[in-house]
Amino acid sequence: MNAMTDDPVLTVRGLEVAFETNDGTIEAVRGIDLDVRRGETVAIVGESGSGKSQSMMAAMGLLASNGRARGTAVYRGRELVGMRERDLNRIRGDKITMIFQEPMTSLDPLYRIGRQLAEPMMHHRGLSRRAAREKAIALLDRVGIPDPQRRIDAYPHELSGGQRQRVMIAMALSNDPDLLIADEPTTALDVTVQAQILTLLADLQRERGMAIVFITHDLGIVRRFASRVYVMRRGEVVESGDTHTVFAAPRHPYTRMLIDAEPTGEKAPPPADAPMALSGERVRVSFDIGGGFLKGPPVVLKAVDDVTLRLRKGQTIGIVGESGSGKSTLGRALLKLLPCEGRVVFMGRDISGATKQDMRPLRKELQLVFQDPFGSLSPRMTIGQIVTEGLLVHEPGLSAKDREQRAAEALREVGLDPAMRNRYPHEFSGGQRQRIAIARAVILKPHVVVLDEPTSALDRSVQKQIVALLRDIQARYGMAYLFISHDLAVVRAMADYVMVMQAGRVVEEGDTGAIFERPASDYTRSLMHAAFALTDFHEEARRVAQGG
Amino acid sequence: MQMRLDPAADPDDLARSLADAGPSRSLWQDAWLRLRRNKAAVASGLVLAFFALVAIFGPSLAPNRYDEVFPQYVRVPASLEAYPRAERIVPEFESVLARARVEVGEITLEGGTISAPIVTDRGIDPRFVRFVERSNLFTHARIVDVSADETRATMVADVQRTYFFFGTDAIGRDLFARTMIGVRISLAIGLLASLTALVIGVTYGAVAGFLGGRIDGVMMRFVDILYSLPFIFFVILLVVFFGGNFVLMFLAVGAIEWLDMARIVRGQTISLKRQEFVQAAEALGVKPGGIVRRHIVPNTLGPVVVYLTLLVPKVILLESFLSFLGLGVQEPLTSLGVLISEGAANMQGATWMLIFPAVTLIVILFALNFLGDGLRDALDPRDR
Repeated sequence: MNAMTDDPVLTVRGLEVAFETNDGTIEAVRGIDLDVRRGETVAIVGESGSGKSQSMMAAMGLLASNGRARGTAVYRGRELVGMRERDLNRIRGDKITMIFQEPMTSLDPLYRIGRQLAEPMMHHRGLSRRAAREKAIALLDRVGIPDPQRRIDAYPHELSGGQRQRVMIAMALSNDPDLLIADEPTTALDVTVQAQILTLLADLQRERGMAIVFITHDLGIVRRFASRVYVMRRGEVVESGDTHTVFAAPRHPYTRMLIDAEPTGEKAPPPADAPMALSGERVRVSFDIGGGFLKGPPVVLKAVDDVTLRLRKGQTIGIVGESGSGKSTLGRALLKLLPCEGRVVFMGRDISGATKQDMRPLRKELQLVFQDPFGSLSPRMTIGQIVTEGLLVHEPGLSAKDREQRAAEALREVGLDPAMRNRYPHEFSGGQRQRIAIARAVILKPHVVVLDEPTSALDRSVQKQIVALLRDIQARYGMAYLFISHDLAVVRAMADYVMVMQAGRVVEEGDTGAIFERPASDYTRSLMHAAFALTDFHEEARRVAQGG
Repeated sequence: MQMRLDPAADPDDLARSLADAGPSRSLWQDAWLRLRRNKAAVASGLVLAFFALVAIFGPSLAPNRYDEVFPQYVRVPASLEAYPRAERIVPEFESVLARARVEVGEITLEGGTISAPIVTDRGIDPRFVRFVERSNLFTHARIVDVSADETRATMVADVQRTYFFFGTDAIGRDLFARTMIGVRISLAIGLLASLTALVIGVTYGAVAGFLGGRIDGVMMRFVDILYSLPFIFFVILLVVFFGGNFVLMFLAVGAIEWLDMARIVRGQTISLKRQEFVQAAEALGVKPGGIVRRHIVPNTLGPVVVYLTLLVPKVILLESFLSFLGLGVQEPLTSLGVLISEGAANMQGATWMLIFPAVTLIVILFALNFLGDGLRDALDPRDR
């Protein structure tokens, strides 16, 4: 261990990154120092906007056109900042490689993965097409793509998210790099897949002795995966050191806040005689995929298959599952935003056969909050208009002045300054936008709110605030929540009843405490392992990879 | 029930925070800031503003009316000097006076009057003025300063002098005035046809895209059918049945150009429809009309505005093309296309007839295209 610690791969000193924007210069990184030694894993952790990605982008010469970098970033004695593009290209993709967060968009959809893998090898190593292909197959095999001989000719869209991320890793490994920069490589993936990818990276690192810089906001990953950690906040490194030391005794209050940011607390179930707010009996939703004129018969996909759910006033049901498990579809079907089979009853009224027109007056009582706080607010409306749109529909008698008053109250209720109601969504952060979306839902004082992953796109500390806000509002108005999430920690803090879904079916359900303490099904157990494991990472991830 | 985080909050406090709503920048203001930094776009905007002023006020300020014929000045070249020129007026004056058989002193030409002392032994005859007025260059001839012995006097006459900055056309009309009226017609057609296309296209496209399914299919097949009609054939039919006129012109052009607009807006709408803010509006119970009006249309306006600035030059060119073929505006009204067509016919020997309208059109098209490019860059969300 000590032999390798004296061999620096990347040394960053006083790195500054600034962006020129319409609002003047934004200093994204304000002079950070960072060392990466051969064969070690360094984590850069911080919340969005802390400059953790931009610092590495600057070292790689990949800043956006309005960005400027100052300071030094030395890779094996060569200065990277200000290096000519041509020389940089000789290092990038060869000795230093990157993998990105979004496996959907970092592969070119027009080319077969074999070609995308072979390209850097032919370019940097001068391999022939045939040799590059041979090596690509070997790499795919190594990163765990089944049947690589055949898969090498697949297009990116034919692979799952996890497989695509494996291909990205294979691409990053193709020229035996010294340094792999992984920018949130597992954030977009389900927990079980996340664990497999991390195992793979850890194994590859041990095998090849490359250094990994791991950029993430997820402290769980840092704790299990990195040997040293840099904590960044507003462009500065506030704390750095050995992972164990930092986690055991955080010196900076910000680090302590990050570590404590896991949502805590639990929700008491509603009284047994609480009236039923919304119930669904044997709900099924199916989609026809493909088919149509000249395309042959359609394939029927059962997105939600025979699910029964009873939501009482004041209750929160958590629905957990991985992507594609049908949990969002179920939420929308219960609100009659999607056609479904089965019986849906809202406040004693059967709405199974309700048409869109029938549902419109009921929309006041049935609200929905979305996952993506960037996509769910119309960019050309002020937040005052956004929040009061429901009033426009359901209380048309209100004057513009009354609406303004109500908007101000609702914004204050979700912890925003009412003076900001004439601003546009793009001027707000993710957490603030989610508050706006919540204000839009609660201004109508609904009985039931479906929360579709409301915290998934947010930083941990913001998540905690949003969870507190949602609980606070529920306590005040006695709303019933249907809380859809893949994040078990948040569900444990929010819900008093949990349903676990897999492939459209409920595999397990029960009171939150019971499910989390004694998960009955294998699937639930594997989810728990991936989410809460505090034991040794490698052993743990291997267990998950083998199917829990 | 009052919704308030802190029930004890002072209502005055709330009112105060309502009052000092901070400054805010919408996406449009953001785009405007970016546009202002684009020098080419700003210059283009100024050029267009200038041409708009020219189109509105130019024809009434021009020295001659656009449809006035000057038979004596057929195809005279462009000049900053007034017509008729001094070197033509003076010999003419001399020769008419010679016909009156008087001795002519030094001829002076000042502005619109010409004068010369005349001497004759036969006595000054008031009928001398007839010799002068017989020439079509001079009017209002008069004899002044007659000496006591009636042998000396001064012959004064007004000269009709006029300016043809761009020269005249084949039948002697002022090209300067005609170019300005051409700018007016071309810009008007460009704007009106584009606005027609905008209104029809945005409505049609947004409705088709939002409703989707079978209705969308039927609506878009109708667009396909209109697309497949040969445009020139369509216009010739219209002109034959209704006679060429200005209003018909932009109706015909607008009726064709909205098809592109409808397709663009439909595509945008389909992708917007899947956005969560549209679903959120649906979940709020907003009616389809409200969703299209408040959520879909404002969000398509970025690409639509860009397409519009590129559509205006396209329409101007199309009008020019139709006028070139003789299907456009009718004489004596004119447009840049007609002027260029006439200029092309008289290219040999009267190059100015082609150059001035052509340069004007090119400058306008350049400015519109630059402005369109600038708008596209300013509104492009990827730049954000």
